[in-house]
Amino acid sequence: MTVMGGGSSSPQPYGGGHQSTNLGDILERVLDKGLVIAGDIQVNLLDIELLTIKLRLVIASLETAKAVGIDWWETDPWLSSKGKRAEIEGAQQDLEVENRKLRDRIAELEAARREPVAEPVEVEDAEFEDDEVDDDR
Amino acid sequence: MTADHGVWVYAVTGADLPDEAVSDVTGVAREAVRAVSAAGLTAVVGTVPLGEFGEEALRSNLENLEWLETVARTHDAVVSAVVRWAPAIPLRLATVYLDDARVCDVLEARRADFDAALTLVAGRTEWGVKAYADVDAIAAGAVETAGSGAEKGTGTAYLLRRKAQLSAREDAERAAADRADTLHALLLQHSAAGRRQPPTDPTLSGRRDRMVLNGTYLVDDARSDEFAEAVAAARTQFDGLELELTGPWPPYSFAGVDRGNP
Repeated sequence: MTVMGGGSSSPQPYGGGHQSTNLGDILERVLDKGLVIAGDIQVNLLDIELLTIKLRLVIASLETAKAVGIDWWETDPWLSSKGKRAEIEGAQQDLEVENRKLRDRIAELEAARREPVAEPVEVEDAEFEDDEVDDDR
Repeated sequence: MTADHGVWVYAVTGADLPDEAVSDVTGVAREAVRAVSAAGLTAVVGTVPLGEFGEEALRSNLENLEWLETVARTHDAVVSAVVRWAPAIPLRLATVYLDDARVCDVLEARRADFDAALTLVAGRTEWGVKAYADVDAIAAGAVETAGSGAEKGTGTAYLLRRKAQLSAREDAERAAADRADTLHALLLQHSAAGRRQPPTDPTLSGRRDRMVLNGTYLVDDARSDEFAEAVAAARTQFDGLELELTGPWPPYSFAGVDRGNP
């Protein structure tokens, strides 16, 4: 059996708890799953619910969470190092794509200007040329 | 038990728990893990200082991801040790009582719930299957193929290409979602129960491609090889999806249907 990265360390049964197991996988289960019974320490229900909601906010959108002032993960090296790396990579890729699109668009616009085909951009030029012709008369 | 200490509950099992079953693990407060029995059930517990695990302390500690990671891994390790020994119901993190008597009260009061859950999970193991699709790459491939014939250099051609990109992305997303549905249905055939959960954010999973399936399955132990083979076969069958199998897990996701009503 193949266990990919993020999985537990097979073949040992119940690899849970091993450092190799993805923390996200563990949190997803111990915080959000597992039988809920009311303890004497009441924090368990209310606050874990809150924490789960916060995790969900991260899951839903980092931006949304930041917008409502929840940014506790940013000070945490575990989340922020990973988060930052992903964010930077993503931003660089997006910039590259946008750059390439812009360069293509400029090339197209320049090519279009050189062609005498009537495109919206050329309309003004055409009128201007007409005026010039009038002046020459 | 003194007023300074509470009882952290890891799991509940129907079997007697011999000392050797949990002698290799220590609890969230590095305490020895022990058993509290009542009503034919055994709660696996540890005595924890309320200075760290009381209401006030938990409130702030749960916000500290480093603390949370250690506690979550330890909780999971103890639960896993119990499940290795006998079928057990994992309790959600941070279930704390003031003393053993209160734990016994709960075992007696909730006996029917624990019995029902134990019946469901006995002889079965939880497995996680996540499927990822690189929607952007699939869409880009489709546009390359479709857009190669279009003439370049005009605004119309640009708009056509842009439109093709957008619809290719939609198509790729729809196709990936359809395959995830099919995969989930297929895996259900090899398991006793299964459910889909919201996808994990790339920040938590550390991946950039889209998670299209976050499934968790309760599989008969006798069929665990069959399930693993089904996942392996799906890797080839579902071209374009990358599959990740995690587990075996204690049956966290199948511990109780009434989790909303404590």
